[in-house]
Amino acid sequence: MTDVDVDAEDDVQWAVPHGLAIGMVPDALPDGTPAMRLPYGEHLIGDPDTGVVHGGVITTLLDQTCGMVARPPDTPPGESAIATLDLRIDYMGPATPGRDLWATGECYKRTPNIAFVRAWAFHETSADPVATCVAAFMLGTPNTPRTADAADAPQGAP
Amino acid sequence: MKLLLELRERGQGKDMAAVVAAIPYARFLGVEVQQQGNEVITVLPFTEKLIGNPILPAIHGGVIGALLEITALLQVLYETASERLPKTVDVNFDYLRSGRAVTTYGRAIVNRQGRRVANVRSEIWQESRDRPIALSQGHYLLQPL
Repeated sequence: MTDVDVDAEDDVQWAVPHGLAIGMVPDALPDGTPAMRLPYGEHLIGDPDTGVVHGGVITTLLDQTCGMVARPPDTPPGESAIATLDLRIDYMGPATPGRDLWATGECYKRTPNIAFVRAWAFHETSADPVATCVAAFMLGTPNTPRTADAADAPQGAP
Repeated sequence: MKLLLELRERGQGKDMAAVVAAIPYARFLGVEVQQQGNEVITVLPFTEKLIGNPILPAIHGGVIGALLEITALLQVLYETASERLPKTVDVNFDYLRSGRAVTTYGRAIVNRQGRRVANVRSEIWQESRDRPIALSQGHYLLQPL
């Protein structure tokens, strides 16, 4: 696992309006590993026949978790944004209705420009995932309010 | 509840606006549908709760992914008589431009539809259909009638 300052990350994750809207919170596993946690909610349901959460909810959870581990520890979000370049998700099985979803990730390579990361979404343990994900993030994008010139900047995930 | 069967019984089997209205998460995001012939166009009006980066501001990458996935599912459903909503097997998202604080649109093409699995490509755009902000390609498990 990559070292992540959980306290510092807390402020960042809380400032993400969409994270707040769906109820996603930064947390940690019992062993201290930083994690994102998403409590079950009726507004997250993708299949009303079964109550299973929508795939898009898992995408958000995994994207956020990837971003959390992709960000270099010494660059606070006020200074630079990170941007998702691509994200591949494999769905291993349906999430269980009514249960919290957890996600952890690791950054297995970081260059000056790019972070390569993996993440897992699960109920109990990452060894029994609901979904897994591989992603690449662009690092070092200036995090300044958008101007007309910046219209083509890559997607600014938090 | 058997969502799709009920809609079919009411003669709304091809009414994708009725399908999104019955999916709580799509309703939560605010996804709407504009049917154009055989093309299911999804529409996501901008709201504050979609933001992932408040400084830029930019729509959350997860929301972009969700819209791509919802668009793919609806196009598959429109083209297939399915008993249940298709299940996503895997999907690859490419992010081309940041999602600005404006309305986002989506469309999807079913590349290949087998008996059990469909391969679907989706794209979403904002100002111009010629300038997609994100693409996806994925496999969806079908549960045909």
